[in-house]
Amino acid sequence: MSDLLAGDLITPDAGAAPLLGLASVSILKAAPLTRLSLRARAPSLKTAGLAFGSSLPTRPLTSTTADRRAALWMGPDEWTLLAPVEDLRAVFDGIEGKLAGEPHALVDVSDRSEAIIVSGEKASWLLNTGIFVDFSLESFPVGTVTRTLFHKTPVMVWRIGPDTFVVEAWGSFMDYVSGLLVQCAQELQAA
Amino acid sequence: MLLIYCPYCEIERAETEFHCGGEAHIARPSDPEKATDDDWVEFLYMRSNTKGIAAERWRHIHGCGRFFNAVRDTVSDKFLTFYKAGDPRPDLEALAREAGK
Amino acid sequence: MSQPFRTEKGGRIDRTAELTFTFDGEEMHGYAGDTLASALLANGVHLVGRSFKYHRPRGILTAGSEEPNALVGVYRNGDQTPNIRATQVELYQGLQVISQNRFPSLGFDIGAVNDLLSPLFPAGFYYKTFMWPKAFWDRVYEPIIRSAAGLGKPPKNPDHDTYGNLYAHCDVLIAGSGPSGLAAALAAAETGASVILCDEQAEFGGSLLSENSATIDGKDPAVWVSETVARLEAMDNVTLLRRTTAFGYFAYNFVALAERVTEHLPDPDPRLPRERLWQVRAKEVVIAAGAIERPMVFPENDRPGILLADAGRTYLNRYGVKVGHRVLVATACDTAWQAAFDLADHGVDVVAIADLRESPPESLVAIAAARGIRVETGCVVTGTLGRNRIRAALLGRLMTSGKVASGGQVDCDALLMSGGWTPTVSLFSQSRGKVVWDSEAGAFVPGTSVQKERSTGAANGLYGLQATLADGYAAGEGAARAATGKSATISHSRATGGEAGNGGILGALPHDRNAARVKAFVDFQNDVTAKDVKLAVREGMQSIEHIKRYTTTGMATDQGRLSNMNALQIASGALEKPLTDVGLTTFRQPFTPTTFGLFAGVSRGDFFDPVRKTPSHDWVVDHGGLFEDVGQWKRAWYFPKDGEDMHAAVERECRIVRKSVGLFDASTLGKIEVVGPDAAEFLERMYTNPWKKLAPGRCRYGLLLNDAGYITDDGVIGRLADDRFHVTTTTGGAPSVFATMEDYLQTEWPDLDVWITSTTDQYAVAAIQGPKAREVIAPFIEGIDLSAEALPHMSVREATFCGIPCRLFRISFTGELGFEINVPRRHGKMMWDTLAGEIEKHDGTAYGTEAMHVLRAEKGYIIVGQDTDGTVTPQDAGMSWAIGKKKFDFVGKRGLERPDLKAENRKQLVGLLTRDPKVKLEEGAQVTRLEQPPIGTPAEGHVTSSYFSPALERTIALAVVKNGHALVGQTLYVPMPEGSIPVEVTGTVFYDKEGARLNV
Repeated sequence: MSDLLAGDLITPDAGAAPLLGLASVSILKAAPLTRLSLRARAPSLKTAGLAFGSSLPTRPLTSTTADRRAALWMGPDEWTLLAPVEDLRAVFDGIEGKLAGEPHALVDVSDRSEAIIVSGEKASWLLNTGIFVDFSLESFPVGTVTRTLFHKTPVMVWRIGPDTFVVEAWGSFMDYVSGLLVQCAQELQAA
Repeated sequence: MLLIYCPYCEIERAETEFHCGGEAHIARPSDPEKATDDDWVEFLYMRSNTKGIAAERWRHIHGCGRFFNAVRDTVSDKFLTFYKAGDPRPDLEALAREAGK
Repeated sequence: MSQPFRTEKGGRIDRTAELTFTFDGEEMHGYAGDTLASALLANGVHLVGRSFKYHRPRGILTAGSEEPNALVGVYRNGDQTPNIRATQVELYQGLQVISQNRFPSLGFDIGAVNDLLSPLFPAGFYYKTFMWPKAFWDRVYEPIIRSAAGLGKPPKNPDHDTYGNLYAHCDVLIAGSGPSGLAAALAAAETGASVILCDEQAEFGGSLLSENSATIDGKDPAVWVSETVARLEAMDNVTLLRRTTAFGYFAYNFVALAERVTEHLPDPDPRLPRERLWQVRAKEVVIAAGAIERPMVFPENDRPGILLADAGRTYLNRYGVKVGHRVLVATACDTAWQAAFDLADHGVDVVAIADLRESPPESLVAIAAARGIRVETGCVVTGTLGRNRIRAALLGRLMTSGKVASGGQVDCDALLMSGGWTPTVSLFSQSRGKVVWDSEAGAFVPGTSVQKERSTGAANGLYGLQATLADGYAAGEGAARAATGKSATISHSRATGGEAGNGGILGALPHDRNAARVKAFVDFQNDVTAKDVKLAVREGMQSIEHIKRYTTTGMATDQGRLSNMNALQIASGALEKPLTDVGLTTFRQPFTPTTFGLFAGVSRGDFFDPVRKTPSHDWVVDHGGLFEDVGQWKRAWYFPKDGEDMHAAVERECRIVRKSVGLFDASTLGKIEVVGPDAAEFLERMYTNPWKKLAPGRCRYGLLLNDAGYITDDGVIGRLADDRFHVTTTTGGAPSVFATMEDYLQTEWPDLDVWITSTTDQYAVAAIQGPKAREVIAPFIEGIDLSAEALPHMSVREATFCGIPCRLFRISFTGELGFEINVPRRHGKMMWDTLAGEIEKHDGTAYGTEAMHVLRAEKGYIIVGQDTDGTVTPQDAGMSWAIGKKKFDFVGKRGLERPDLKAENRKQLVGLLTRDPKVKLEEGAQVTRLEQPPIGTPAEGHVTSSYFSPALERTIALAVVKNGHALVGQTLYVPMPEGSIPVEVTGTVFYDKEGARLNV
């Protein structure tokens, strides 16, 4: 997955069987990650980015990546910071240390969400069975990240390649999301 | 399904990502103890329920989570403008004129 | 095989692929490319159904989706789908179809007696006839009407098909693929714009597929269609959707399409959905929906064998089917003449062309003469003869007086009629556009656009092949430019022939028959006649909307596409108002009937709604636990053992918790992390309680009000650090509490330096409750001292559980020593399995929500939403202690000062003990002061919670009762059908009133 954004960070969960493995689209469970929710104001962003190891994107719906780090724009004062699962303490304490005294909120949400990797030429078609966002590359270029709805459930979609998306949902919603995606992909196997 | 522009995400998204929060620019009295009972009832319950051009609160609940305001013609369902929370209320009459109302 | 009405050659059917199908069990044959309607006609079958009200024999009227009569039941996979239009069913090998609305058979139907009794069933007869006596409605009228009325029979089994959904975006959506739709698609696509072209039929081309008297670029129109479609197919920016109806036009160019994916296949792959809902957001929409022909309203115009002229032409040219051997053509416009010529050219005996007009165009008369066709001008049809099919028509001659003189009788086995054309403005009307009267076209046409759409071609009142083609190109170019700013020059094809015709008629035709005795149908499907419309006006209906509802004209599945204009003209005459003043009714979604399955989509069965499971879910299943739905969550309800019923299981679980220890999954509780320098200030303003002085490491029960002063939620809040709180909410309240907090934070107090983050799904939570709780958790907890001194009741610490960082609360919702351990969700299963194993050693039990409810009720802990209902204040609930009296402000503080919230007679939360300790009250039961209150006595309150309490060995209840706090010790009553139950009013705490068991 080296040609993908954050290919060193977003990896399939080695212990999990593929949820879907068609020629045109596959769904893989992603390995656990450190996920931090950072809320901060403009004056703190530079410091926060330095402490984290990747600058924080300020353009709406974009992401930045660096060596084993990714920062996702979630809102005007909200970022999701991704790092390897074993880096939780170091990243958390590192940012807290540098931002001490500046108004901010850093919360560990590593386990709040689960991620799947939806990949293949039919990936955007499959997502569009439940998400009304326009996934054409002009409207949703690689690197775009957004929260939205998948049928009746909130999800986060992050495009890490032309045909590859990371879809996150809160843990208790993931069965619904991945189950429906797998079901909706069934027709792709029809003759 | 309406199409709503989020002034924080700077993008149009379908209505289901949003939650309407009713009439905009109704401030909670900053010193509630000084508010009379009538003031409080006014704040809690009384809404203008405009037929026509009205400013409304919306929240991009399934997006960036921000509250913002929108001016909508409640008759035609057309939005005339969107602005961030805290920005002043636009001149609704001028907007109505622009929209040919 | 014999298909007596098949032409010798021609049509778009594949004569090498013969197909067998059955109609009411009778085997028949057709060809690939046929619709059910064309195949039936090829077999000489016109009678296909019985009408809705009068059970009159009915035949195929049209060749399109507006078909009102030919509604059939189609069998698939052992079940039958009713009310499918035969004109839209594509023939396949083995197709099984039944006719509807007839008993015992299509040819002889008992219900047809309704036709003879029809003077009893005028418009509005339901409103008039079944008024009295009232008691007859349920038992007599309604069942009779229900069995007699309606169309078709619903399927018996659950829908075995699946339905797909797809969201799509495009620059230009084009609905309809006739000449203007195809030209528009090509023009838009060549600019590079993304284009979706949809058509409800199996093939693109619309009217071009049955046009053989014109050429485009010198070619047969059908050849031009296939070349154009091939060009479009080769373009990446074009999506072509056949068998796809644009059925709904909604706000902001949101258009819903229904794609029929498998219905035309004899043996579809079961993985394919039957239909797919396309939810399209288009920057621009081009409506190329064409026009449909109008029936003529003459007596007995509904007899099988009578079709619209253009339908007759379509069956001939597209499907190679002659609608009859001896055909009468009745018309008021030019276009029907071409149908007569085409039929004559195929050897059909056209017995006459009866044109209403005194002098139709000389050119047409000359062509007819050349073919030896008898032409009658100034001539109307005044009636038809025949039983289940037309055998003759009565002609009448229009006199200058306006009267009609008999013009004799002509024998025929089919009659083609044309009252002119009506543009299909349904989608435009759905887009909220208002139609305007175009006197030149003699039709309502789209007026000013309200949304980003344009109508083109016949849908815009424009006729003639060259004109519609040119208009289509312009529409496509214009739409693409509006959507993308881009344009392209492409060569426009040119058509020769297919000129626009003139003429047309609206309303009922004059005749020389006894007006009281004849029926001239306006709305075929709903059996509405010209008389009914006039009657509605006589009975006082003035508005077309009232006439529509009174007569049901225009309320059939075609939404009045066939009938509206004729009905409007008749109403206009009866009202003595110009047609344009009467006004047209609004067309609503859906354009054609749409299946429920399409709307339900994937939201069925396991995926009807998200099912949220906690990490203990599998353990609960394995251990025989039952689940309770709490919102979207599955929560363990109780764990029956050895054939226990619910009561026994819950009683056992309660006793064990109080005696030793119980394990409960509290993962579903809402969790919010409140972080920032102003975190304490924020909570101070949100909750009734004071927070600033709460030390890190301590917890407090928080009560949340709305600004009106009523309780909306509650939960325990722990302070982890000066600037970090762990807030819990009720399971059901989690989203709304979070939204409310965001609202105040963002819009009232944006100056506060504090942020909130939902952590509900971040943590799995196990509650360990009971005297042995400490012993149970001790082996696994590291990093903190669990002793009562170091960790008193209402404390929180960060520790580890089996080496996993956790947040450990010492709190209780049972009144026993209790802990709640929060670990990251991915470790939740490990935690649960570990603790479940450990409690076994202490004779403990897992317990569910039902035991939890009993245990908390014994302690008088309220459940928001059960013991409160949105009108209960903290004082009402006896929780004034939770209010920080010295606080400057909190949400609800001012509300509580309103006079009505401090008034006497408010309902207050109390305990109720039945005099008989075995009697358990019903939750929701009314509480009264009198044992036998007279009917009409208002209740004093109602029971909110009621259980058998194992700890007290008796029943207990909570209730809200007027002035309840002052009534403690008094007797009230709970009247029930079996008799009034006396109850004593008590305090709300039934067990361990001193709280001794908590502080151990």
